[in-house]
Amino acid sequence: MTFEYAPAPESRAIVSIASSYGLFINGEFVDPTGGTAFKTVNPATEEVLAEISEANQSDVNAAVNSARRAYDRVWSVMSGRDRAKYLFRIARLLQERSREFAVLETLDNGKPIRESRDIDVPLAAAHFFYHAGWADKLDYAGLGPNPRSLGVAGQIIPWNFPLLMLAWKIAPALACGNTVVLKPAETTSLTALLFAEVCQQAELPPGVVNIITGAGDTGRMIVEHKGIDKIAFTGSTEVGKSIARALAGTRRKLTLELGGKAANIVFDDAPIDQAVEGIVDGIFFNQGHVCCAGSRLLLQESIAEETIDALKRRLQTLRLGDPLDKNTDIGAVNSREQLNKITELIKSGDDEGAQRWTAPCDIPDKGWWCAPTIFTNVTQAHRIAREEIFGPVLSVLTFRTPDEAVEKANNTPFGLSAGIWTEKGSRILWLAGQLRAGVIWANTFNRFDPASPFGGFKESGFGREGGIQGLTAYLRSATDGDDQAKGMS
Amino acid sequence: MSDRVEVRKTYKLFIGGAFPRSESGRTYEVHDTDDKFLANAAKGSRKDARDAVLAARKGFDAWSTATAYNRGQVLYRVAEVMEGRREQFIADVQAAEGLGDKKSARVIDTAIDRLVWYAGWSDKYAQVLGNTNPVAGPYFNFSIPEPTGVVAAVAPQDSSLLGLVSVLAPIVVTGNAIIVIASTTRPIPAITLTEVLATSDVPPGVINVLTGDPGEIAPWLASHGDVNAIDLTGVTSTELAKKLEIEAAGTIKRVRRPAQPNWLATPDLSRLGAFVETKTVWHPLGA
Amino acid sequence: MRTLAEPLTTSALREFLHGLPGVDEVGIKARATALGTRSIKNESKSWAIDMAIRMVDLTTLEGMDTPGKVRAMCAKALRPDPTDPTAPSVAAVCVYGDMAPVARAAVGDNLHVAAVATAFPSGRASLEVKLQDVHDAVAGGADEIDMVIDRGAFLAGNYGLVHEQIIAVKAACGLAHLKVILETGELRTLGNVRRASWLAMMAGADFIKTSTGKVPVAATPAVTLVMLQAVRDYYELTQTRIGVKPAGGIRTSKDAIKYLVLVKETAGEAWLTPDLFRFGASTLLNDLLMQRQRMAVGHYSGPDYVTID
Repeated sequence: MTFEYAPAPESRAIVSIASSYGLFINGEFVDPTGGTAFKTVNPATEEVLAEISEANQSDVNAAVNSARRAYDRVWSVMSGRDRAKYLFRIARLLQERSREFAVLETLDNGKPIRESRDIDVPLAAAHFFYHAGWADKLDYAGLGPNPRSLGVAGQIIPWNFPLLMLAWKIAPALACGNTVVLKPAETTSLTALLFAEVCQQAELPPGVVNIITGAGDTGRMIVEHKGIDKIAFTGSTEVGKSIARALAGTRRKLTLELGGKAANIVFDDAPIDQAVEGIVDGIFFNQGHVCCAGSRLLLQESIAEETIDALKRRLQTLRLGDPLDKNTDIGAVNSREQLNKITELIKSGDDEGAQRWTAPCDIPDKGWWCAPTIFTNVTQAHRIAREEIFGPVLSVLTFRTPDEAVEKANNTPFGLSAGIWTEKGSRILWLAGQLRAGVIWANTFNRFDPASPFGGFKESGFGREGGIQGLTAYLRSATDGDDQAKGMS
Repeated sequence: MSDRVEVRKTYKLFIGGAFPRSESGRTYEVHDTDDKFLANAAKGSRKDARDAVLAARKGFDAWSTATAYNRGQVLYRVAEVMEGRREQFIADVQAAEGLGDKKSARVIDTAIDRLVWYAGWSDKYAQVLGNTNPVAGPYFNFSIPEPTGVVAAVAPQDSSLLGLVSVLAPIVVTGNAIIVIASTTRPIPAITLTEVLATSDVPPGVINVLTGDPGEIAPWLASHGDVNAIDLTGVTSTELAKKLEIEAAGTIKRVRRPAQPNWLATPDLSRLGAFVETKTVWHPLGA
Repeated sequence: MRTLAEPLTTSALREFLHGLPGVDEVGIKARATALGTRSIKNESKSWAIDMAIRMVDLTTLEGMDTPGKVRAMCAKALRPDPTDPTAPSVAAVCVYGDMAPVARAAVGDNLHVAAVATAFPSGRASLEVKLQDVHDAVAGGADEIDMVIDRGAFLAGNYGLVHEQIIAVKAACGLAHLKVILETGELRTLGNVRRASWLAMMAGADFIKTSTGKVPVAATPAVTLVMLQAVRDYYELTQTRIGVKPAGGIRTSKDAIKYLVLVKETAGEAWLTPDLFRFGASTLLNDLLMQRQRMAVGHYSGPDYVTID
């Protein structure tokens, strides 16, 4: 017998999923006025998990009104010290219920339990803990004394890190004294709805957090709502542009965290084994559904062949399958729609003459899956080198000199992140200065922390989330009038 | 009154360190506040905007990699040269804005002092806006502000020099290159400023000044793929602002549309931090 | 058996060893930790526990060792669980050279006898003394020699000396297998571990071993991971498989299984054999046996149900 790992599934008994969910408005779950609903599905099994309400215009109005009331009467007048205590409570509740959140996230999203358990949920709790401490220290946030909150924030988040993106949005907004109306992505609403329960357990004043579910139409209603003072959006660049257009001329504030096509640059003096890990982390973490994924691998030509061999060898140890299995490295693709998009781009890679290699894995019969894929012989002109695939697909390009690496890395409208692998300190610091990207990982990749600002250059968006810079997205200085600041960071 | 016939100046654009006429060949009449003819100013066009973006991108590459000390000295040099032309600026602003002697002198002195103030920020703003971040892991992590790139700005319509300098200086001191559209009806102080810029060691293309109608020129800048940000301080029409913001959305430009402050008051840091990008760098700590 | 290597100069060795890719400590630790979260259940766990038992070099290396103690340990090595004849024997017993005859007499041809030699644990003696140590152990019946490298020479950059001594010891081993102890706790950096691994392999080591167990820091997953990468890369270059032996500090079944995961996912399945992977341990065996009993009977065992030798 060889050393096969027997299935080690995490028990789903810890979560209880209702058959249907209402909208969380003014501190309680209410039925949607339109009475329409959609199904949320486990992408690993195609099993229907629950029915989710679709919020219509009057639901959005109710949520905004609730947020406004809570802002005017409670939250904006509460001391920072007391706001902080609510955020600390939320952080603790997330820690207490972490396994429940992790299992639910994996069921609804398809990501491996190893990631939801070790990354998404602990980081979400850490985000609340970090921002809780800011609530009564905003005088030191860099905007001068007595900075003011903005009002009601409308927040729209994607499906790739449902709870974590919720934390990135809600924690700073609340710490700065804003109230929120948040819409999770339509395929991943469940952890946001469980978070609503956490708000209840924390006895957060009603209306401070409102969670309404729905698809793009509901999102548009939030964006266009005149009662909202600030929009924060994480998602595709295409939708980001339409939101920026919708807000044009309105003086409502906006921050955008959009797509990316990060270069992960490996020099010939890199610690190769760790670089291979970084490449794997960079593009196969969360099935590649990561806006800052290292989707373009730039290899110095002299080590290209050996690095690709090492990478292929490493990929053969990746385990694709049941996301609840604690040994799973690659989970399910979140939706059929996303799988179709990935498949289409893989086909374009084939058609345009790149060379494809797919890791050998058994694909389960049900659910939506994509085996880790590497394209070599990719050029800058290929679609797979330019468009965000948002899947486990790596495009490999080569370079000869540091200058060429910089040119290729920057040759994209995106500018979210980049990776550098070299043992040479001066080269790291030089390159970090040259790369037009908001987050640079040197000799590491895909690391996140609430104290570390995250956000992009160019078409990857504007504004930062996390760190002291992230507070600017939810505050204005006391002397600042009707400042329309899009992308101050 | 002397018998001598004065030599009049031709008022032109300032692009890439040179003084071209508008490629469109057009000019428009500029009058003082008593409606007396002052000059024919160049009426900038789409192609002038395009040329300015090309020049600004080149200027950005040199300027953004210059040392902060160097940028500070160059801006201070601008102030020095302005001081030498103080009387001319006072006369220009008087004609343009109809101010009395005392007020116009105060405006010019404030403008020069503002340049000096911003010049001093060149090697300090990164210390104030940047930081190290205590992440929970064995990593060194720091954030630094970097220039956004090429910024297009519409200068205030009323405050033809002090407003212009107050918009321009923070954008430039942080390492950006700028294309600024001067006040339409009061462009002459801005044009005099370009003569100062041309003799103050400002690298070509870092500051480009267009005259004409923002309604005509600005949309081309707002939609241009190689412009990274727009500053709409001088846009008073909501309709034009909306149009420009819609154009800007096409490439996710940073848009700033601040209220017009009292230009004589000491500014806060908001303009200094407006067109910088926070870059965060991670590196593991290990032996 | 490997053919004897030619001695190389310090400068040639330096050029090669310093040209090896660097090791990023944080990255290696993160990888080792990630592999440590693999969850091994049911039949995989049973298989892993038996494999781990078969990989144990049951060790006693004390000044107070006596023939009686060594004989008792040998009995346990042959039949670890007296209540369960299906429990496999360990790979070898590991003793000081003077105890090799006692151990050999006790285990016969049923187990390997490993002897530590070369002025273990410090390695601070003349080459003649070290080689005599090896000769004595081999003559006493040891078929595996666990030598220590001269860490002082290595840290001083005198790679030629270390290389030369390993070659000489290898020659003295004759047919006995040579395990080279790097004493990674004294090399301190993972970069040094990688270089020392290559130096030992190039000089003729059949196994590279982490530790003597006599310094505060013994085997760690990160160090073992670096050594596994080294044997994997050495195999790609030479088609020769070198074994790896973490020693010291591995006390629980859970830890042992984590090491097997490291082996499987780094060097590969081919290394999952006692011929290529060993645990230098003493208390580990009882924990493996208790786990084995638990899996057999379905409830937790206790220390009174395994023997203390």
